[in-house]
Amino acid sequence: MIRVKDLTKRYGRVPAVDNISFEVDQGGVVGFLGPNGAGKTTTIRVLACYQPASSGSASVAGFDVFSQSMEVRRRVGYLPESTPLYPEMRVREFLHFRGKLRGLTGAHRIKAIDRVVDRCWLAEFVDRPIGHLSKGMKQRVGLADAIMHDPPVLILDEPTIGLDPTQIRETRNLIRELGEHHTVLLCSHVLHEVEQVCSRAIIIAAGRIVASGSPQELRDRFRAQGQVVAEVRGQKDEVTQAVTSVSGVEHVEATTVDGWTQLAIQASSDQDVREPVVKLVADKGWSLREIRRVGASLEDFFVQITAEQQERRG
Amino acid sequence: MNNVATMTRRELGAFFLSPIAYAVSTIFLFSTGLAFALGTFRPGGEASMRSLFEFWMLLILSFVLPMLTMRLLSEELRSGTFESLITAPITEGQVVLGKFLGAFAFYGILLLVMLLYPILLSFYGPVDSGLLICNYIGLVLLGGLYISVGLFFSSLTKHQVVAVLSSFVLLGLLTFASHALAQTVEGSLRALLQHLSIRSHFNDFVRGRVDWTHVVFFVTTTLVFLFLSIKTLESRRWR
Repeated sequence: MIRVKDLTKRYGRVPAVDNISFEVDQGGVVGFLGPNGAGKTTTIRVLACYQPASSGSASVAGFDVFSQSMEVRRRVGYLPESTPLYPEMRVREFLHFRGKLRGLTGAHRIKAIDRVVDRCWLAEFVDRPIGHLSKGMKQRVGLADAIMHDPPVLILDEPTIGLDPTQIRETRNLIRELGEHHTVLLCSHVLHEVEQVCSRAIIIAAGRIVASGSPQELRDRFRAQGQVVAEVRGQKDEVTQAVTSVSGVEHVEATTVDGWTQLAIQASSDQDVREPVVKLVADKGWSLREIRRVGASLEDFFVQITAEQQERRG
Repeated sequence: MNNVATMTRRELGAFFLSPIAYAVSTIFLFSTGLAFALGTFRPGGEASMRSLFEFWMLLILSFVLPMLTMRLLSEELRSGTFESLITAPITEGQVVLGKFLGAFAFYGILLLVMLLYPILLSFYGPVDSGLLICNYIGLVLLGGLYISVGLFFSSLTKHQVVAVLSSFVLLGLLTFASHALAQTVEGSLRALLQHLSIRSHFNDFVRGRVDWTHVVFFVTTTLVFLFLSIKTLESRRWR
């Protein structure tokens, strides 16, 4: 559905996006992650046909974004990050205007508007001027506009920013639902949102793609640096020394709380050191009240990978 | 419904919702009313609106029309709505044409309201309707040009103030200064400047002549500025 090949975009001499390639197949939600300035917005602007690439190519739904941009725009629903709207128009008026631009006519358009008003919970303020709406309400109007013409591809830049927790959850459900029949490219900083909603994540930093895969795959890649947490009743230095001597343990940090020593055990490579630690503690006769592997989160992976990339870029 | 009509409808509606448009319309009606009252509508004056049209309309319109057009594209560029507009299946040409026609329609409404003056005049003496029609044709053509110039400067910048001031300057120069400037130079440059003088093209309409050369002048220069606006917008997508 979306094919990007060797895409480069320069502003002046600086490449905002440097020779990136990726593919998004039909159906499903793909997350596009990256720190600020990584090139996410630039990339999706090229895909939405707002800016041209400096070199390389991109195609959406089989049409080239440069030479067949009208066809691409008919098939894409784009929600920019700033959710630009016309403050003087009422919501319904605005949706009618956008619907007409999309080629929806007459009764067809009225039905489409009713559908998105319902799906994006706009009914309460559909006749209010946009200038009087809160940020969250505007966000929903923008989302409604993007999905109104039922496009095969949706490109959403931070769609849940500004929403309250209930709405965030419902919007994520909506996006997941949309992923069943559309192809969705979701730009987000909210990493656990990407984990929940996306079947695949592409991480971009400093203009380059640094990782791509399902959230689970990416977590597993990071999980290679396993960390174990345990609570042992024993004298801090003694416990620390003993645990450090367990094979596979690289580094131990300990704090004492209420007579219990809390340990953060860093293991080398992907060894699971829980068993030897439990055995050691039992042998020494200490009480053990918790031992667990700390789940690597996508956030840890993200922070590390992007830090490495920023360093490399310098 | 085609995109130009959609844009026109939206823009015209936006004018009616815009406080600036109301303020500008008030200025327009007030200043033309004043010129009419002082210049024409006095006992013993001639029953034509010549002084109004000959000079005052040009001056007033060169202020008022740029003020109406300044936000047309500048506001979209500044607020980011241009991004969501142009990522819809619409061409820059349709955007420009739609905005032009919307502003033009609003201007048309102002001209209709201005018919009040000849109507008032008609209670006191015969009004030459042929002359009036001729004057209005000139106003329509002139307005079209002024609006296209204002639209062009609006397409260049996201700062409305820059747009409106640049329009003032260019229109002021071409309308009032061109003829005078022409006297200071010789040869083909003088001929060019004389030909570009909007005032001299407009004057024949004031006198009651519809000369095709003048119609062509207004129509082609309007088209030139519309074309330039389209190209300016398109160039944004090449950067």
